Amino acid sequence: MTQVIYDGTYEGWLTALFEIYEYKLADVVFAKDTDSGSLLFSDKHFITTDATKANRVLSGLQQRLSAEGISNIYSAFLSELNQIDEIMFQFARHVFSSPINIEEDFSNNAVWEVRKASRLTRKESHRMEAFVRFKLTKDELYYAIIEPECDVLPLIEKHFKSRYADQRWLIYDAKRKYGIYYDLDHLSTVELQFNADSNSSKFLAEICDENEELFQDLWRNYFRSVNIESRKNTKLHLQHMPKRYWKHLTEKIPDLKKR
Amino acid sequence: MVHERVMEKLAILADAAKYDVSCSSALSKRENKDKGLGNAKGYGICHAFTEDGRCVSLLKILLTNHCIFDCAYCVSRKSNDIKRAAFTVDEVVDLTIGFYRRNYIEGLFLSSGIFDNPDYTMERLVRIAKKLRLEQNFNGYIHLKAIPGASDELLKEAGIYADRLSVNVEMPTEQSLKLLAPDKNHIDVIKPMQYLKNEITGYKEEKKLNYKAPLFAPAGQSTQMVIGATKESDLEILGMADYFYQQMNMKRVYYSGYVPISDDNRLPAIGTPVPVIRENRLYQADWLIRYYGFNVNEIVGFNQPNLDLDIDPKLGWALRNLHQFPVDINTADLELIKRIPGIGYLSAKKIVAARKFKKLFPQDLQKLGIAYTRAKYFLAFATPFQMQKDLTSIQIRDHILNTQKSKYKNDFSNQLALF
Repeated sequence: MTQVIYDGTYEGWLTALFEIYEYKLADVVFAKDTDSGSLLFSDKHFITTDATKANRVLSGLQQRLSAEGISNIYSAFLSELNQIDEIMFQFARHVFSSPINIEEDFSNNAVWEVRKASRLTRKESHRMEAFVRFKLTKDELYYAIIEPECDVLPLIEKHFKSRYADQRWLIYDAKRKYGIYYDLDHLSTVELQFNADSNSSKFLAEICDENEELFQDLWRNYFRSVNIESRKNTKLHLQHMPKRYWKHLTEKIPDLKKR
Repeated sequence: MVHERVMEKLAILADAAKYDVSCSSALSKRENKDKGLGNAKGYGICHAFTEDGRCVSLLKILLTNHCIFDCAYCVSRKSNDIKRAAFTVDEVVDLTIGFYRRNYIEGLFLSSGIFDNPDYTMERLVRIAKKLRLEQNFNGYIHLKAIPGASDELLKEAGIYADRLSVNVEMPTEQSLKLLAPDKNHIDVIKPMQYLKNEITGYKEEKKLNYKAPLFAPAGQSTQMVIGATKESDLEILGMADYFYQQMNMKRVYYSGYVPISDDNRLPAIGTPVPVIRENRLYQADWLIRYYGFNVNEIVGFNQPNLDLDIDPKLGWALRNLHQFPVDINTADLELIKRIPGIGYLSAKKIVAARKFKKLFPQDLQKLGIAYTRAKYFLAFATPFQMQKDLTSIQIRDHILNTQKSKYKNDFSNQLALF
């Protein structure tokens, strides 16, 4: 058994694939170099991420899959599901060993699991397009904090760039400690620490635009007013807006005066 | 700028608008222009969900709830003793932009009570849309209500700025409209629909020839019917809906279960439960007509004018048409697979894709996320691993009802008893 240790990036995973074929490694298990535990009785193979090797694998996949198939693998990777790198490896093996495009071979386990993982990521990135709540600061930056299960920022940046083309904005993933920032011209990835409790009254007073609190109150007021009490359906509500997202949803946070 | 006093207006005018169920922001592709604000995606985005589980996609408000009409089913009717309010044009614009920039909404859905006269009201609605588009360079979604009786010129201008226009028919038949809305005429509702249909078609044709031609209500028009306020059968309701889809090219017909808001003796009393299940069955039937190739006559007819509340309309159709089953999913056409209970549109497509690689068996279907416990009564496999007994439609119905958990059982159990 060989433990293939890579840096946890998509390019790293693609490089690993290259080397598994190059060195004819059998019985591989994947591990990230950030993982603490390692298997006791296995050979270790360390991967150094290499753009040339990664691109060779990618173009190999591109020849055998549709554009959608390619983006599905990437989305599956971003799901960060346990052992998704291994399932994706099984999927890739199926791709390379078949004479035809197998991406719709849904009764194959790896194909199905990759599809499921990619749909999980897509679903959450669609949710984040919806659930991002910008707050306006004194220096006219619209910023939002999110904590998604999947690493969705790479999938949603285009959406926000094309929509909010005339305002500076930052979306920060507090779970992965990085954000995307748009400066009216370009998108960039930023790493920073957000320590303040951005929902506190002190934070609102010091950092936020003078109208920010009013708009948050207006939104909460609107959210309350459109509800039809006699149709209350908590199960449906929770299914669409799971509690894990409430922390950053303005309408689910009581307004300051009532806290 | 937006002030505190907007708070109370917003509460009143959002509350008054909430009975209009449409909140769709889909079907319009409007690009961000000149690095302005916003765009409309082809798909809708629900930014929040109310506690009743409905999607909040748009800022849905009335410009005012002052109204010269006295429609019994409407909370803003003239004779109703409620707080009245009116937004100014700038207030609506500032609210829309402020909400949109914070990613709360996809855009604006603006309707209004009729004050003074239809043209005066419509002119205000159009002015807001125009201001958003031209002064704020706003490219998000705008849905405007077309006020019955407004002039063609105003409707045309509305179509230039809005993504969608809607005229609500409200009552499924002319008779009910006469009974509950004596100030309104059926023809006043149908006329603007007809006008919009022609304009939308015309602009679409022009766009095909010249891609620079302006957009005109690119997300089409929709309408709404109130369900359960009057005695219409589902046959009449779906027949009317079918007419709108066929004759008016409607993108959507919405069904709004009547929420009792009045002690008017022409209407169900306050406290009568909202017909949530019936509403859901109507939407299911609507979907079958629009996406599954069903004809309205296959779903309801003179023999069974109302949809079965216990089972969905597709299962109902299948049970009445057992001679069309079982279906072999390894060989049948996509269209036929879509008609199998328990197999939805996407699942049918998955099946047709996956069977190219290998023959599918029951365990494969279960993995693909198909409601196999429901579908199994209607499926045949070339090499049967288990012979299916010949069951009558009543037996199948009972089997399915006993094994499935209705999603309504918990939330609406007290209502079930009343139906």
